[in-house]
Amino acid sequence: MTLTLTNIAKTFPGGVKALLPTDLEIAKGEIVSLLGPSGCGKSTLLRMIAGLETPDAGAKIVFDGEDVTRQSVETRKIGMVFQSYALFPNMSVRGNIGYGLKMQKLPKSEIEARVNEVMTLCRLDGYADRAITALSGGQRQRVALARAMAPRPRVLLLDEPLSALDAALRSQLRDELALLLRQFGITAIFVTHDQNEAMAIADRVAVMSQGAVAQIGTPEALYRNPSTGFVARFVGDAMPLEGRVEGDQLHLPGGSLRLPGPAANSEVLVRAEDIRIDPQGPVTARVETVTFLGTHYRIALSGASDTLLIALHSGLSAPSPGETVHLSIAPEALLILPKGVAA
Amino acid sequence: MMKSVTKSIPLIVTLLACAFLLIPIIQSVLAGLTVNYFRGLSSGLTLKWVARVLELYSGSILLSIWIALVCLVVTLILGVPAAYALARNPGRASRVLEEFISLPLAIPGLALALALLQLYGTLQGFRTSWTFILVGHVLYTLPFMVRSVLSVLAAIDLKVLEEGAASLGAGPARRFFDIVVPNALPGILAGALTVVTLSIGEFNLTWMLHTPYLKTLPVGLADSYASMRLEVASAYTLVFFVMIVPLLMAMQWASARAQRIMQ
Repeated sequence: MTLTLTNIAKTFPGGVKALLPTDLEIAKGEIVSLLGPSGCGKSTLLRMIAGLETPDAGAKIVFDGEDVTRQSVETRKIGMVFQSYALFPNMSVRGNIGYGLKMQKLPKSEIEARVNEVMTLCRLDGYADRAITALSGGQRQRVALARAMAPRPRVLLLDEPLSALDAALRSQLRDELALLLRQFGITAIFVTHDQNEAMAIADRVAVMSQGAVAQIGTPEALYRNPSTGFVARFVGDAMPLEGRVEGDQLHLPGGSLRLPGPAANSEVLVRAEDIRIDPQGPVTARVETVTFLGTHYRIALSGASDTLLIALHSGLSAPSPGETVHLSIAPEALLILPKGVAA
Repeated sequence: MMKSVTKSIPLIVTLLACAFLLIPIIQSVLAGLTVNYFRGLSSGLTLKWVARVLELYSGSILLSIWIALVCLVVTLILGVPAAYALARNPGRASRVLEEFISLPLAIPGLALALALLQLYGTLQGFRTSWTFILVGHVLYTLPFMVRSVLSVLAAIDLKVLEEGAASLGAGPARRFFDIVVPNALPGILAGALTVVTLSIGEFNLTWMLHTPYLKTLPVGLADSYASMRLEVASAYTLVFFVMIVPLLMAMQWASARAQRIMQ
């Protein structure tokens, strides 16, 4: 299903603008992630698409050419996975998954068949008669997904579906969820505050900040060509280099770097993987902490910029804390971005 | 020596307290089973007085059960949706409304009865009907139903559960009967048992509202002590116990169960 949002905005009673007017178009079968820190308006946007919140006047939500702006959530034929899963504790796994089909008044035999089908797909065979309280976090998440998918919705909406799980389980289920969504081949919108989740699951990511979409694009595009400092910081953890720009030179407290182009009124950022420890490097810094991460070391450096810089260092050994090291950063690795208001 | 004294003091206090509570009850029950109370147990045991009570007061017993059941139905119809509305709209207005519903708890039944008499006393058909007593009982028991259901509903994330049901195509009525009622069931059960127990045992208010032809179980008890032999009145107490104690125990069990769900 193609989803078109035009001029969609939300002002809460009391005048708080949760979402500024936004346009968004999502193609059939595409998985889009809304990524941003808490309070950026991503959940509000998702809830408006679901019909759980009413957008401000002038908005238009179109599902495949059909204007659903005035339709209630019950009639929009969406599937939704909630952050807390919202599974019905008074029903078994089968009861939960079949509930949407029962609402469509399908014959009993067909409900049975469809429930079995999605249960197999979500690897829930054998759990049909379990109580919800007897399931693990990962199983609950799969029941929530199966329940949302069973009525064959036009679009699947997921509100932070992994955040209720503990960290170890989260990364494992992230890949599992990505695989399931591809199998379903459904148009899906996925809200998260975790960049790794967004990158792993989505075809396109919309990075949101302070009630507006800062940039939308494929994970690669966002990583390689961020349009604002906020996007660079949120996707790929870029760090600002605070110093004085003079011609093509950036003067930092620890030394000077050559810039790839003019940078007046701009922000210069760098990613941890682009900082090299190089005895001939132009910038000096003091090693504060060193963490061994298997394939590489994570080194926190002070003195080069006003804030701590993190460098990822691959090699068999690393400098020890307290040592002074020289750094080099290739000019093409520096990100020069307009100073955004949305910091 | 000292140790056994410190150990036995709590035991003695406990036994004394039990005796203080139980002896009047045992005496009363025994009085209802002896042939002649003034000659004591030596006169022999009999069920004659119990039979007499059932013969004289079966109307009161049935009326009490009837009023309790109708009262339960009315408090369910009024109380469950009221608790639901309060749970869905938490806010200052709801708190005020909740206190307002609970007001009959703080006012003596006597005052409540007087107010009802002032308001409806002149409506002859209503004044002499059992529904007049029913209205009093509903006023008095409704807060228990509302509070019991509300406390269970407040413990579950009702809003999200309903949003989940709505996203699957369930309208407001379906959501109420499929999601709200089943999940509130422990609270409804605890509330229902409380309502029935209170309605059967209610005296203050009913005493003011009753007519000679409409005597409930506790009013009949007072009547029997005032106008019958002591043995009959005591047998009445026994009948009362047999009816109310199982209800009381069921109520405790249901409340404990609802409490567990809320944690």
